[in-house]
Amino acid sequence: MVTKLKVILTLCFVKIKKIMLAVKKKKSMKEIMTVYYMEAKTAKLSGKKVAWITSGGPVEPLIAMDIIPVYPENHGAMIGASKMGVDLCEKAEEMGYSRDLCSYARSDISCATVNGGPIGGLPKPDMLICCNNICGTVLKWYEIQARYYEVPLFILDTPFCHTEYSEEAKKYVRRQIEEYIAFLEEVCGRKMNYEKMDKVGRLSVEGQRLWQAVLDTATNSPSPITAFDAFFHLALIVTLRGTRIAVDYYKNLLEEMYQKVDKGIGAIPNEHYRLLWDNLPIWYRLRWLSNKFADYGASLVADTYTTAWCGTLKYIDVDNFLDSMAEAYSRIYLNIGIDEMAKNVIEMIDKYNVDGFVIHSNRSCKPYSLGQYDIQKIVQRERDIPCLVIEADMVDERNFSESQIATRIEAFMEMIKEQKGSWSRNSNYTE
Amino acid sequence: MDVLTEFYEILNDPYAYGQTCRDEKKKKVIGYFCSYTPEEIISAAGAHPMRLFGTRGEIALADQHLQAYSCSLVRGALEEVLNGRLDFLDGTVFPHTCDSIQRLSDVWRLNTNFRFFADIVLPVKLDTDSAKEYMVDVLRKFKRDLKKGLNCRISDEDLNEAIATYNKIRDHLKVIYGLRSKNPGIITGGDVYSIVKVSMIMDRNDLVKKLPELIENLKTRNVSEDRRDRKRVALVGSICDQPDIYSIIEKSGGVVVWDDLCTGSRYFEGIIEIDGDPIVSIAKRYIERQICPAKHVSLTARGDHLVAMANEHDIQGFIFLLLKFCEPHAFDYPYMKEYLEKENIPSMLLEIEDQLPAEGQLLTRFETFMHMF
Ligand code: SF4
Ligand code: SF4
Repeated sequence: MVTKLKVILTLCFVKIKKIMLAVKKKKSMKEIMTVYYMEAKTAKLSGKKVAWITSGGPVEPLIAMDIIPVYPENHGAMIGASKMGVDLCEKAEEMGYSRDLCSYARSDISCATVNGGPIGGLPKPDMLICCNNICGTVLKWYEIQARYYEVPLFILDTPFCHTEYSEEAKKYVRRQIEEYIAFLEEVCGRKMNYEKMDKVGRLSVEGQRLWQAVLDTATNSPSPITAFDAFFHLALIVTLRGTRIAVDYYKNLLEEMYQKVDKGIGAIPNEHYRLLWDNLPIWYRLRWLSNKFADYGASLVADTYTTAWCGTLKYIDVDNFLDSMAEAYSRIYLNIGIDEMAKNVIEMIDKYNVDGFVIHSNRSCKPYSLGQYDIQKIVQRERDIPCLVIEADMVDERNFSESQIATRIEAFMEMIKEQKGSWSRNSNYTE
Repeated sequence: MDVLTEFYEILNDPYAYGQTCRDEKKKKVIGYFCSYTPEEIISAAGAHPMRLFGTRGEIALADQHLQAYSCSLVRGALEEVLNGRLDFLDGTVFPHTCDSIQRLSDVWRLNTNFRFFADIVLPVKLDTDSAKEYMVDVLRKFKRDLKKGLNCRISDEDLNEAIATYNKIRDHLKVIYGLRSKNPGIITGGDVYSIVKVSMIMDRNDLVKKLPELIENLKTRNVSEDRRDRKRVALVGSICDQPDIYSIIEKSGGVVVWDDLCTGSRYFEGIIEIDGDPIVSIAKRYIERQICPAKHVSLTARGDHLVAMANEHDIQGFIFLLLKFCEPHAFDYPYMKEYLEKENIPSMLLEIEDQLPAEGQLLTRFETFMHMF
C-alpha cells in the first residue's frame, strides 16, 4: 500500500517537473497554479514544509526559507468560483458553526474534514501563520485549524490603525517579525538565509510594483482591464509574491495591457461608463455581474480589493525590507479607519476617472463591510457620484438574490446615465 | 433604603444616574463597552467609567451606518448615541476586541462629538513577552491620552487608590457569586446579574460601601425557597443583558450558579497587585485573567476553563448564549461544546437576536435540557 502510494507520488512529482518546464515557456495562470498546488500537495516527497498563511500575511520569509505557502482564502475563492460554497458552508453549519460566520472560514473548516472542494482539499500544513491585519476572523479560524491539525500556530498581531500607526505598535510589530523568523527557524530546524531574504524582498517589491502598474493601465480610456480580470490575475501576487514566477507573469501581463492600450482595445467592447468596485468579489457570479455591467456599457475599471496587495508600497524600503515590511503589513486597507479608507476610495475615483461606486456589502466580511455606509456618505459628499449597494456574500450563494440585484443595477445605471449628461468632468464622453 | 432597591433604581434609568454623576459629583462620565477597559485609570483621573449596553428601543438611526448583520450590542449602542440619549457623556473609550466593535469605533468617532475619544488598541495575543510589553505600552498611552483629553493629572497614588477600590469591588462580587453558588436560594439569578451590571454603572466609591452591606444581608437572609436541589448550570457568552433568562431557567428546574460572561465572572476575576508600577499591575491582570474569545492565550484556554469551572463550582450543564452575528463566540462554540462532551458535561446553545425568544418556548427548551442530566 505504502509503496503504491510512493509510486503514485513519484509519478506526480515527475509530472510536476515536466509541467514546470512547460510553464517556462507558456506561463498561463492555470498552469502556474496547477503546478503550485501539485507541488504543495506533494511537499512531503520533496521534503519541503507547508505553511498555511492568511492573505494579508507576510509571505516573504516563507519563500526565503523555502517553505511552501498555502492560502486558505485563495482556496475559499476557488471554492466560491466553482460554486461548491453552499455545500461546504452547510457542512460547517452541521459541525456547529453559525451561518453568520465568514464563508471562507466556514468552507475551509469543513473542507479540511472531508477533503472536498475543487482540488480535493488543501495539503496538510506543517505550521500556520496568522496575521490579523485583515480581520479577527482569521485568528479564530486558525486556532480551529491548529487544534485540528495539531501543528504550531504563529500569530502576527498587527494593531489596528484607527487613526495612526503608533510608536507602541511599531515597536511591537517589529519585534514580532523577529519572533516570526525565529519560529520558522525552529519549525524547519535551520537558519534563515538573510541574503536570500533580501532577494525575496526585492522580488516582492518588484512584483507589487508590476501589479500596481497592471492595475494602473485602467487609467486609460477605454481601460484594457476590468476588476473582474484583476480578480483573476490576483492569485499570483497573493500566493507567489516574492518569487520570480510572479514577477515574470506580471511583466508579460503588463506588456499585454500596454499593447491593448496602444491599439485602443478596451476590456469591454463599449466602454461608456467607468465604475469602481468595493469589497471582495462575488466569486460564484463573476461572469454574470461582468456581463450585466457590460450590457450597460459599464466597465468596472478598478476596485479596492486587488490593490490591497500593492497599496502599501509607499511604506516599503527595498534596502531594508524586513524592517519596513512591519509597517507596510500593519497599514493595509483593511487595518485602517474608515475615514482613511474613504480617502483611498476618493483617490481611486479621481485616478481612474470613475462615474459610479459599486459597494458589495458582504455579509461574510465585517471589517470590510461595516463602515461602508459611512464611506459612501463621505464619497457622495466629496464627489457626488452615484453609489450602488449590492447585498451579497463572496462564497455563500444563499445570500445572493439575482432579481433584486439586477433591478438595483438597472436603477443605478439609469442614475449614472442621467448624471453624466449634466456632468462636465468627463466631457470626452458623448452619450 | 434596601441596597438592592437602590441598585434597581439606578438600573431603571442609568442615563439619569450618569447625568447626576456629572451634575452633582462634577465627574466626567466616560462610556465604555468591554471588560478590557482599564476602568482603574479612568477612575484615577477623577472621571466616572460607565459601561454602555445596547438599546431597549427600536433601531432606526443606526441602520444608516451599520448593516443588519452586525450584533445587537453594536447596533443598539450606536442607536443610543445617535438619538441623543448618551449626550450626558464626556467621552468614550474603545478597547480593541472584535471586528464589529473595531468598526463601531470608527463610525462613532466620525458621527459623534464628545470631548474625549480614545481607542485602546490592545494586543490580540497575550502569551508572548512582546505582547505583554505592548499591553503595558498601550495602557501608558491611554493614560497619556486621558490626561491630555480631560486635562487632569494621574499620579501613581491615584492609580493605586483606584486599584484598591476595584480590588475590593471585584472581591465582593466574587463573594456574592460564592454565596449564591453555595446556597442558590438566598438570591435570584436576576438579582445577581443586576448587581454585576450596576457595578459597571454606579459610582465605585459608593458601590464599594454598599456591597459589604449587601453581603451581610445575604449571609443572614431567611431563605424563602431552597434551590439547592436544582440543576446547577452556568452561562457562557459575551454579555447577557437579559435578566429574564434567570427566572425562566429557575422555573425550568435549574439555577445559574456561575458564568463565563463579560458581564459576569470575566468582569470581576483577577486581583491587581498593589506593588510597583500600577500600570504594569493592571496589564498583568488582563494577561492572567480568563480571556474573551477575541483574544488569544492558548488553543484550549477557554475549554479548559469551562471544565475547571464545572469541577470547582459543581456545574452540571452549560448554556451557551450566542448573540446573533457575534463571531468570536460563534467560532469557539463547537470546540467548547466538544470539550464538554468529552467530560460528559451536557450543554445547549441559545441564540439571541436582540430579545429572548417567547417565554413559553424558552421554558420548554430549558426543561428539555434540564432533563438531560
Ligand atoms: S473575508 Fe473578511 S472575515 Fe473572512 S477571512 Fe477575509 S478579511 Fe477575514
Ligand atoms: S464580541 Fe460579539 S457581542 Fe461583543 S461586540 Fe463583538 S460581536 Fe458583539
